[in-house]
Amino acid sequence: MKKLSARRRHPLAALVVLIFALAATGGLYTALAPADEAKAAKGSGSSLAIKEGKKLYAVGCASCHGTGGQGSSDGPSLVGVGAAAVDFQVGTGRMPAQKPEAQAPKKPVKYDQAEIDQLAAYVASLGPGPNVPNKSQYDPNESDAAAGGELFRTNCAQCHNFTGEGGALSKGKFAPDLGDVSKKHIYEAMQTGPQSMPSYPDSVITEKGKGDIIAYLETVNSEESDSPGGYGLGGFGPVSEGLFAWVFGLGVMVAVAVWVAARTAKAKKS
Amino acid sequence: MSSETGSHDNVPDDEKLPRAHEGHGETATRGEDPFANPGLPPHENRVQDVDERAAKRSERTVALFFTVSMLATVGFIASYVAFPIDKIIHVWPLGDISALNFSLGLTLGLALFCIGAGAVHWARTLMSDVEIADDRHPIEAEPEVRAKVMEDFRQGAKESQLGRRKLVRNTMFGAMALVPLSGVVLLRDLGPLPKDKLRHTLWAKGKLLVNENTDEPLRPEDITMGSLAFARPEGLDPHSEDYNTEIAKAALMLVRIEPDDIKDKQSLDWSYQGVLAYSKICTHVGCPVSLYEQQTHHVLCPCHQSTFDLADGAKVLFGPAGHPLPQLKISVNKDGYLEAQGDFAEPVGPSFWERG
Repeated sequence: MKKLSARRRHPLAALVVLIFALAATGGLYTALAPADEAKAAKGSGSSLAIKEGKKLYAVGCASCHGTGGQGSSDGPSLVGVGAAAVDFQVGTGRMPAQKPEAQAPKKPVKYDQAEIDQLAAYVASLGPGPNVPNKSQYDPNESDAAAGGELFRTNCAQCHNFTGEGGALSKGKFAPDLGDVSKKHIYEAMQTGPQSMPSYPDSVITEKGKGDIIAYLETVNSEESDSPGGYGLGGFGPVSEGLFAWVFGLGVMVAVAVWVAARTAKAKKS
Repeated sequence: MSSETGSHDNVPDDEKLPRAHEGHGETATRGEDPFANPGLPPHENRVQDVDERAAKRSERTVALFFTVSMLATVGFIASYVAFPIDKIIHVWPLGDISALNFSLGLTLGLALFCIGAGAVHWARTLMSDVEIADDRHPIEAEPEVRAKVMEDFRQGAKESQLGRRKLVRNTMFGAMALVPLSGVVLLRDLGPLPKDKLRHTLWAKGKLLVNENTDEPLRPEDITMGSLAFARPEGLDPHSEDYNTEIAKAALMLVRIEPDDIKDKQSLDWSYQGVLAYSKICTHVGCPVSLYEQQTHHVLCPCHQSTFDLADGAKVLFGPAGHPLPQLKISVNKDGYLEAQGDFAEPVGPSFWERG
């Protein structure tokens, strides 16, 4: 304790205290925050899916989207968004939303797939909308990654970056990284246009085109794809690369210049 | 390069040392002036200055750096000869890379680095490090030197007969005045002037809007609420020579907004059942703007964050853009396809002087 007390006026003492305080606050929050498992009774029969889904909806969704899916000031109308939108939003954990913010981020999924299917069946019954895609749509046997790359650069790269790393939008919104998104969810996102993202119905990008885009993303983000430049710094382009070059590149140069001109070891005073 | 010379150079340093001491002591005793120049601090010798064996060691280290550099240069030439251009090797942690590129970069980098490192080590350990103060001198030359220069100039002018031979002088001035004209004439290659190219695109009345993704003409029902589509004018072949020149002006983005939500009256009139066609080229410096946020109907430019409100005539909400995005007036033809009602009413892309 005495040792610690002796160092309390060290220039780095404030920094160390700050780091401890931050770690303690974060740890306490993680330990004590309520884990709101909004789970409802599991449904069984697929014929009852809509009915079961309505019950789940009343518990988990109605407070923002309205009792009949008509929407409120806190959430948009779900009439006509289709089963695919529910499968994407709930299946990636974006819904139910934790709090009102610029954009509902991806988080641990609160429902199991059977419950998601029931919710989707109920929301699909509110109005016609895109269905959940099947495997032959989002993972076709034959796909053209090169054509997909062309489509990706025309339609997607402006927000999601050239290989899907994502990027910033206005006022706290952002386009997420696509590297770890499942093929089904990528397909559903293109079909339904979640949150800020515009939708790309089959009349704009064909079913085959969507499969090609998924094949392109898989090709460029897979383990086998080479990264000849080494560590990609997140792949965001000029912001992270410029920061690295200015801080580390120039920092090292300044340090070397200081060292070169510094006093060398002196002979012991005789 | 021998250390004898090095240590010999250091001998006067040792002689200077007491002088620096004296200077220091002198100012310190003048106690009445608190702002007196304290002079240089006393010089301290390095190990290499007093120990000949340490100096020898430093010399050998410097020589080692320079020798490694020589070997690396030889290695560079050897790699150039030895490795075929298409040989790929695996190098941890870089992965699969060209053997030629890797070895050339490594050896040349090492050769240059060792020259620098040797020079730095030489300067830090062997070269004199005695602190010296150098007084400033007046920039002006001595009066005698200036008088001599003026005299030389006058004599040169007289001997060259420049003042007497008027014909020579005048033709020389003429020749020298005309030479820059050739440079002025070459400025013509900056042209020809764009004339009205900046004001017109390929869009014209009756041209169909072709989907960039499917190459099919678009129908209004293809553009659903919240979707985003890109279109080019009918007849523009993506493989033609002038495609890039033309699409750079004609690129079009299509969105559908609930007609009740469209605030700008003219924008509503130029849309078709809520389908709006805007130029995709930012009015700031011409980047493609297409970061469309479908909930707010804002579109963001990735270059300088100019933000346009597509529900309000693409009015600029934020950023350096000076004009709204030009809107293309569209309608449907008798077959139900979207068609342009003419060209853009104003020039697309960045502003220019004569834009008005």
